[in-house]
Amino acid sequence: MARKKKSSSSKTTPRVKTVVDRREAPEQVGNIPVRKVETEIEHPFYFYPDADAYTHEELGLDVDRVLEMYRNMLLQRRFEERARQMYMKGKIAGFLHLYIGQEAVSTGSIFAIREDDYVITAYRDHGQALARGMSARAGMAELFGKITGCSKGKGGSMHFFDVEHNFLGGHAIVGGHIPLGVGVAFACKYKKTDRVCLTFFGDGAINQGAFHEAANLAGLYKLPAMLICENNEYGMGTPVSLASAEPNLYKRAVSYRMPGVLVNGMDVFTVYKAVSDMLPLVRQGQPVLMEVRTYRYQGHSMSDPATYRTKEELEAKKHEDPVLRMKSYILRHDLAESVFLEQMDKDVREEVMDAVRFADESPEPPPEELYTDVYVQEDYPFLNWKIPTPRKQ
Amino acid sequence: MAVMQFREAIRAAMVEEMERDENIFLMGEEVGRYNGAYKVSQGMLERFGPERVIDTPISEGGFAGLGLGAAMVGLRPIIEFMTWNFSFVAFDQLVSNAAKIRYMSGGQIKLPIVFRGPNGHAGQLAATHSNSVESLYSNVPGLKVIAPSNPDDAKGLLKAAIRDDDPVLFLESELMYNMTGEVSDEEDYVLPIGKARLAREGEDVTIVAHSKSYWLAMEAAEELSRQGYEAEVIDPRTIRPLDYDAIIASVKKTNRLVIVDESNPMASISSEAAYLIQEKAFDYLDAPILRINSADTPAPYAKSLMDLWPPRVDEIIEACKKVMYV
Repeated sequence: MARKKKSSSSKTTPRVKTVVDRREAPEQVGNIPVRKVETEIEHPFYFYPDADAYTHEELGLDVDRVLEMYRNMLLQRRFEERARQMYMKGKIAGFLHLYIGQEAVSTGSIFAIREDDYVITAYRDHGQALARGMSARAGMAELFGKITGCSKGKGGSMHFFDVEHNFLGGHAIVGGHIPLGVGVAFACKYKKTDRVCLTFFGDGAINQGAFHEAANLAGLYKLPAMLICENNEYGMGTPVSLASAEPNLYKRAVSYRMPGVLVNGMDVFTVYKAVSDMLPLVRQGQPVLMEVRTYRYQGHSMSDPATYRTKEELEAKKHEDPVLRMKSYILRHDLAESVFLEQMDKDVREEVMDAVRFADESPEPPPEELYTDVYVQEDYPFLNWKIPTPRKQ
Repeated sequence: MAVMQFREAIRAAMVEEMERDENIFLMGEEVGRYNGAYKVSQGMLERFGPERVIDTPISEGGFAGLGLGAAMVGLRPIIEFMTWNFSFVAFDQLVSNAAKIRYMSGGQIKLPIVFRGPNGHAGQLAATHSNSVESLYSNVPGLKVIAPSNPDDAKGLLKAAIRDDDPVLFLESELMYNMTGEVSDEEDYVLPIGKARLAREGEDVTIVAHSKSYWLAMEAAEELSRQGYEAEVIDPRTIRPLDYDAIIASVKKTNRLVIVDESNPMASISSEAAYLIQEKAFDYLDAPILRINSADTPAPYAKSLMDLWPPRVDEIIEACKKVMYV
């Protein structure tokens, strides 16, 4: 049974724990700081440090929605397991960065926003894309470099795009997309809508100047931007403690006049709760910096054996697996029977296998695609024409 | 025709387009309350208000990226760099994002955005403040690069750039902002991107020169004329795409080519143009193609050195005579 906490069902008043006397506040439990609030700053910090802290009823989620969220996490997991295998088989080239272990972050946050809100992320982008509604077929075909892929085979793993679902990429220069996300939020405000943009990035990106510049602009112009730092503990192979002078990344919010939010990213409900709580603020033009502590079970990319961490660390983290945690929650609360979940898993695996077959059978981009989508202008006079077909002039 | 300063022509283009389309906004350092570091945007804050004429912190990487993000979802930003020298701290935004997002998204996204500001040397400002960026950015597929030489072209091409659905880098010149010239008062004056202007007809030699180098070329042509030689002068106006057809047509007529280009010489506009002309018009050339660039050094501060550094009229005249074998 989940440890239930008193929870407000209102989404407009985030529950905040405050402790004024710092001497009474423990610094951290495990690796997650708790119960410490700077009282002299503009905005408080908001802490969501616990897993198994909220029930779906408390969050206003019905059983169908819970099962939909679980299925989405499962889809991300199975999609990437199969992608990993297809990479080993040589079906997928280039860089492949897996999201396995972080699914609670994508599902928990994206299921909390509206369909007309925007999502933009970095190169570890399969999870967010699938959470946003991209089909497994479009994703897998992109990995296979096929014309049927979400970016017509021109982007690959690191550059998934699905504008129809307001998924704006897929960006692979670390930190370079954070100003883009803030610009999308700028447009939401400029057009006088109440839409928001979630900008995901990693703990490595937060040390780029682009983060600082973008966060400053978001705070300065009061933009509806939710900056979500997925702290998976390592920037490639370098732990946060060796990369950030202040390893409590949420604290940087103070510099930009934003609330800083610390979230346990291994429980989809905790992430959902934190994002839902913050959304009304963000929609009103108060940007938020959220540090979500998560863990990637695979190496940085397929070429990384992850020798910089111990087996014990990895094993310990696997006990927190967000997919298994949610499955166990569903069973514990009798939201579905075990056989139902097994069938769901089978269906998801089949959906992914169907995507693999679809990708495999899809045609590669024809030669003329080399020159399309560079410019909107259709008759752009390219130099050094490389294909036999005549130019469009 | 109305006589306008270069800066007024740019302002007129922005104002007219912003009146026409409320999705257009101007953003940059000092564009609003200060009325523009070079007074290009004078009065625009008052006219359009702080929601559309937006002052930024000194944060080029941030606001260049912000503009691109806004363009991704349908706005049409004009981003002013106080000078193009400062675009280097936004280089990733221009090269990785502006130029590539459309391609990497398989054409799902368009980026109707203009980055503009003064380019090139402007007196004794020394090395960091004297860069000519056209060859750097023209190397990048996905961008368009425009560098007009007079107020009329500036207005017509900036309006075209703002209406273009691709990212356009619009290079102005600090030394030309005060220059006056006649500007078409045609109601909707839009010039085509990628088309050169035949500025002066001549039979003896072709000089290709853009932006403020164009005026050096014209001065050289007048002097050559006094000496009995008629130079044809072509102002490409757009750097990417470069109007090779116009240059080739002229070379077929004069059989001699001198290119004046304020970029540093290595991998410059002059080297690119010279390469393509030798490929496409080799049989029409009666002499090697010569070029005048800035020196292959950083720009100096001292006057004695800076007098030597950029392209000079005497160098252009000398080069023309050399290719004419006179």
